[in-house]
Amino acid sequence: MADSALHSPPLHTGQEIEFDRAKIRRDMIIRRIGKVGMAFNPIFAYFFLWAPIIILVVFSFNNAETVSVWRGFTTQWYQNIFTNALSAGTESARFSTEIMLTSVGNSLFVALVTTIISTVIGTMVAMSLVRGNFPGKSVMDAVLYLPVVIPEITQAISLAVFFRIVFDFVNNANDGLRAAPGFGTIIIGHVAFCISYVTIVVRARFADMNPRLEEAARDLGANEWRTFWRVTFPLILPGVIAGGLLAFTISLDDFIVTFFVSGIGTTTLPIFVYGLLKTRVPPEINAISTLMLVASTVLVGVSLIMQGRNAGKN
Amino acid sequence: MASVPRLRTREKTKGVFLALPAILWLGIFFLLPVILVLFVSFLTRGRGGVGTMPLTLANYERVFEIFSGVLTDSVWIAFQTTVICLLIGYPLAFFISTRKQAWVRNLALFMIILPFWTNFLVRTYALQTIMGREGTINSLLGTLGLITEPLQLLNTSGAVLVGLVYGYLPFMVLPIYASVERFDFRYVEAAHDLGANDLSAFLRVVLPMTLPGVIAGFILVFIPTIGAFVTPDLLGGTEGIMIGNLINTQFKGQGNQPLGSALSVVMMAMVMIALLIYVRFGDRRGI
Repeated sequence: MADSALHSPPLHTGQEIEFDRAKIRRDMIIRRIGKVGMAFNPIFAYFFLWAPIIILVVFSFNNAETVSVWRGFTTQWYQNIFTNALSAGTESARFSTEIMLTSVGNSLFVALVTTIISTVIGTMVAMSLVRGNFPGKSVMDAVLYLPVVIPEITQAISLAVFFRIVFDFVNNANDGLRAAPGFGTIIIGHVAFCISYVTIVVRARFADMNPRLEEAARDLGANEWRTFWRVTFPLILPGVIAGGLLAFTISLDDFIVTFFVSGIGTTTLPIFVYGLLKTRVPPEINAISTLMLVASTVLVGVSLIMQGRNAGKN
Repeated sequence: MASVPRLRTREKTKGVFLALPAILWLGIFFLLPVILVLFVSFLTRGRGGVGTMPLTLANYERVFEIFSGVLTDSVWIAFQTTVICLLIGYPLAFFISTRKQAWVRNLALFMIILPFWTNFLVRTYALQTIMGREGTINSLLGTLGLITEPLQLLNTSGAVLVGLVYGYLPFMVLPIYASVERFDFRYVEAAHDLGANDLSAFLRVVLPMTLPGVIAGFILVFIPTIGAFVTPDLLGGTEGIMIGNLINTQFKGQGNQPLGSALSVVMMAMVMIALLIYVRFGDRRGI
């Protein structure tokens, strides 16, 4: 550009500078708009994501039944949750500590069993996808992603229809036996989508691993079984734990699949909370929500630290 | 060398036993139920049970006759959600990946991921309290004297839109972040040196090179929002009904399971179309 300016006649150069100035001015305006937009965007986005959560937590300590106006600090609602001392004299007597604690227990039980089954199955299939080679492997790979991407409600109602048909069949075949949805159906549904999440996490860990370490173990005379437990498993363990925690969190938080496949007497915590939200919202709900937030934060934090340690080691 | 052919045959089924439990579990409890729903969607409504013979197309006729409005509304809401998520999420992913210190980057990312892992019901409820008649927004505007009557924010399709954007924004940010993180910013310098301004450098260099992440984000937001149930149920009331609510009514309320199944199949078909577009143009590494 400088070169052409030097060789051009003076008059022409003047025009060119005039033209450039307008272009530069326009470019600077574009840059300024971009800068302002880029500065404003993260402020807005983080505010949007966090404001509702912060308001929820703050108002869980509000000394009033209404959720919007601040009337002073109290830990009343937290006490109510654990002491069964209901917000007496109000409509919100629907809230029952006993039922809530039972549903927490149910949730933990379902999440624990789901985690164990899906972690074992997910780790196995991750290993077979990374190290194995069999017909239909790519199909298996694609099918594993499906539970993660399709809307949960399609999976939920598919399972509902499936169990309905199976139970009708079983109950018609045996006069005495009455099969009904319960913990079994919930756990089956949860495992069906948790396998995918475990596989994705464990697989990422496998991809970071040096296969030579396994070869070395073989060369030193270890058989496949011994190689797995002494070399492979310790190396993928952070991934397995991270995947397991992920499965635990997802199972604990799941509402939709549970909603469609659960029966009577197997209310999990999300189902309980949904019931509260759909009827009369008691003031304790903010406190329960805050506790659920804290629980997920701790679980996700541990899971991320585990995954971070993964990356750090390599 | 003699052992090579034997090794080959073994190699062909290597690891299949490790995959077997997953194949069985997903085959019986994921694929088979989906096939059953497809079958049930052609059945006639029965008494109490799932449905009876004969096979019929009546369910699909009803879906398109009665519910076509809700179908198009759902697609439209999902599309709006996706576009808004893109407009917020793209600059945000850009902001995160251009932070210089690693800890700032990780914190910025963590602040996106954490709300995403907190219970969906809880987050939706948080929005409910803010947008309610006596919620934070209305009381704030009232205190400021901007309104005399509380605004009707809840139970509108706008509330559903806000709720969906709130719920699915991380799904847009994360794949775009993965794409932008791999982007070499020297390309922008090269574009500037060649006379491009910021806008054309963005449109002609940055955007095309991060497009796989954008497409991945688009699909990851669009697909779950099409099937949203909790958000329209809690925030939309009777005004923001989506396919998910219709399916719920057919399975929990009146109990016309063949009709609900047909709705589900139509939704799955839309999802599959979106997925095919993704497989064709998208970038798997983005997930």
